[in-house]
Amino acid sequence: MIQTLFGSLKEAEEPEKKGLFDRMRQAVSRTRESLNDRIEGVLAMTREVDEAALEELEMSLLASDLGVATTTEVVNALREHAKRQQIRDGAELKDLLRAQLKAILDEQQKPPKTVAIGPEVILMVGVNGTGKTTTSGKLAAFYRAQGKTAMLCAADTFRAAAIEQLEVWAERSGVEIIKTRQGGDPSAALYDALQAAKARAIDVLLVDTAGRLHTKNSLMAELDKMRRTAQRLIPDAPHEVLLVMDATTGQNGLQQARLFTSFAGVTGIVLTKLDGTAKGGIAIAIAKELNLPVRFVGTGEKLENLLPFDSGAFVDSLLGA
Amino acid sequence: MFENLSDKLQRAFKSLRGQGTITEENIGEALREIRVALLEADVNLNVVKDLIDHIRARAVGQEVMTALSPTEQVIKIVRDELIALLGKDTARFKFASQPPTVILMAGLQGSGKTTTSGKLAAWLQKGGHRPMLVSVDVYRPAAREQLKIVAKSIKANLYEGDLKGETAGTALVERLAKEARREAIITGCDTLIVDTAGRLHIDEDLMDEMQRLKALLNPQEILFIADAMTGQDAVRSADEFHKRFSLTGIVLTKMDGDARGGAALSIRHVTGQPVKFIGMGEKPDAFEPFHPDRIVSRILGMGDIMTLIEKAEEKLDRKKSEDFAKKALSGDGFSLEDFRDQLRQIKKLGSLQSIMKMLPSVGPFQGIQQMADQVDESQFTRVEAIINSMTKKERANHEIISGSRRKRIANGSGTSVQEVNQLLRQYAQMRKMFKSAGKGGMLQRKLMGSLGGMKGMGR
Ligand SMILES: Nc1nc2c(ncn2[C@@H]2O[C@H](COP(=O)(O)OP(=O)(O)OP(=O)(O)O)[C@@H](O)[C@H]2O)c(=O)[nH]1
Ligand SMILES: [Mg+2]
Repeated sequence: MIQTLFGSLKEAEEPEKKGLFDRMRQAVSRTRESLNDRIEGVLAMTREVDEAALEELEMSLLASDLGVATTTEVVNALREHAKRQQIRDGAELKDLLRAQLKAILDEQQKPPKTVAIGPEVILMVGVNGTGKTTTSGKLAAFYRAQGKTAMLCAADTFRAAAIEQLEVWAERSGVEIIKTRQGGDPSAALYDALQAAKARAIDVLLVDTAGRLHTKNSLMAELDKMRRTAQRLIPDAPHEVLLVMDATTGQNGLQQARLFTSFAGVTGIVLTKLDGTAKGGIAIAIAKELNLPVRFVGTGEKLENLLPFDSGAFVDSLLGA
Repeated sequence: MFENLSDKLQRAFKSLRGQGTITEENIGEALREIRVALLEADVNLNVVKDLIDHIRARAVGQEVMTALSPTEQVIKIVRDELIALLGKDTARFKFASQPPTVILMAGLQGSGKTTTSGKLAAWLQKGGHRPMLVSVDVYRPAAREQLKIVAKSIKANLYEGDLKGETAGTALVERLAKEARREAIITGCDTLIVDTAGRLHIDEDLMDEMQRLKALLNPQEILFIADAMTGQDAVRSADEFHKRFSLTGIVLTKMDGDARGGAALSIRHVTGQPVKFIGMGEKPDAFEPFHPDRIVSRILGMGDIMTLIEKAEEKLDRKKSEDFAKKALSGDGFSLEDFRDQLRQIKKLGSLQSIMKMLPSVGPFQGIQQMADQVDESQFTRVEAIINSMTKKERANHEIISGSRRKRIANGSGTSVQEVNQLLRQYAQMRKMFKSAGKGGMLQRKLMGSLGGMKGMGR
């Protein structure tokens, strides 16, 4: 008889099973307490910063998807700090943590490439369903609100109704859209859009691409081709390649960022769906390991639910302040 | 990249050599490595904690066996625990006694509901059912249009409905659902798949809407469509959806990527519901029933050997590959003609990279996964072109291919003499490999038979 996690495999009948799920549910409800509650809990318990407090912090960071490597580094730095210089209480520990996380993000916030010859070309890339099309539409409105002229390019010629979807966003944001037929060559659509944007002296061209998994080499090579197409018409283009990432993404986000960067030259991250309960801690791991800044965050499905990234606000939300 | 778990365990167990039993102390490092592996696979923190406690309890006190290395012994325990957590069998699909069976597709934004609706319809069609699709996503731009195109591509019935200029909202959603159900009955469709708008578990209005939809349709299945790349937050959304709607199953999408899919464990365990299907690509047939034992190897980073074997068996011309294996392994080798056949077979299996990634990262295939990214698939086409340019005689007997013949072959196939040389060299190597494999075990024989000489191609 094999002993398993929840009793024996063969003999596990209904009552056993019930115990299993009750336990799991209980286990998980622990996660539901916000990071803030947990930190406060630790701080109330310990006036002095000890190993238990650090361990609890470690758990909290892991629960926000920072990943093992980044979390370990952050916690070790705190431990070192505590050795050199006494940390008096939990409040100070939390301040230190906040400053440390913010510094990781701020270090990457270099200004975007200056645009010598317009239009500024922004390529939106990412895995399936992260919010590329929605964010393209939001960005068009964002730049228009800054008094710039914008144009959308429907370069997702693969997914069903992707073009129609972007057309709605073009209408909502009041910008022109350049498209081909479904199944057409995305680089050809981009070429047309670049020509049109140049001819009309457009300031910003936003290019919505098809979602693709970073593991599919042929699809990734297509992005490279689009880059080259852009370069041929406008020397410095694309000026920005934004990797659109869902805030619920776990540790695979690092691999996404790695491979999209190597194929498509990602220059920044857009973190979407921050209106949910996921905190997007993977962005910190990505900043640390790949030196990529977060440029924007998505906070809903409406046109105006887009914000330029604010590291302070982001860290506060992550820590539940 | 990450060192894989079994390497790490091997290292962790160095200290164990020469000791008789697994103790709290000597298993400590191994447990830490297992914990990290599970966390890196996005298994929920608290689930990991419980698991580690159980693995420790089971392992400590065990005698170090002679048949298994300590590493293997512990991996087996971990594997058993994870499989037990996921439930042993592939889940069934529920059908209504009185058709139509209604299937409600639920989930967060962008998790893959629309694509999965199409796949499910195609799967049902293949099983002799007559599904009808309807989209009640009146919110996301072009969502209904998307399902319409998907339905058309698989020739499935679709209830399109008429919005009649009605504003997007619950009333419209309910009307469409009701009409679709009636339409399914009238047209004799036995299943109705209802694609819904993506919604956040904290969106009160939309969660209410789903509740009403459930009350209205009384569905047999409420599937939670979840992205395999989801991290720690998976438990929160899944828990909330389950509390409100009593989910009946989970579909894990985007499993064709390289996410470890630890979310499967997390979701399974807050909901208690089985993962019923996995999505393996964007095409309608990239859809498979879920097998717990397979994802366990994947979560642990140990390859998915069962899937591979099955896939190979399904798609390969069975007899041909058996003949091939017999011939190749019998000692008198295989011809270039056989080699070309094998290449064609491999192409049928799907991308070579995805196959290589499914191989276990331990044992005879160690190192192959890392090679996968370096494989240049266009090389395949070139190799085939080279063999095509040979005469039948040359294909049967490579030894007659002299320098001048090589030149002719290179010209004919648009390659270079070096490339022809290289191919012949690799081919000779492969013959040798097969001969020695002929002495190997059954499993190896099976794999070799179906995947002839992939290793030689990896350059
Ligand atoms: N709640 C919320 N939903 C969002 C946000 N951004 C996008 N979405 C939703 O996520 C879903 C997918 O968004 P899309 O813009 O279609 O994503 P995509 O990356 O273009 O998808 P593909 O082109 O299919 O790969 C839609 O339902 C959007 O409304 C956000 O910030 N918050
Ligand atoms: Mg899109």
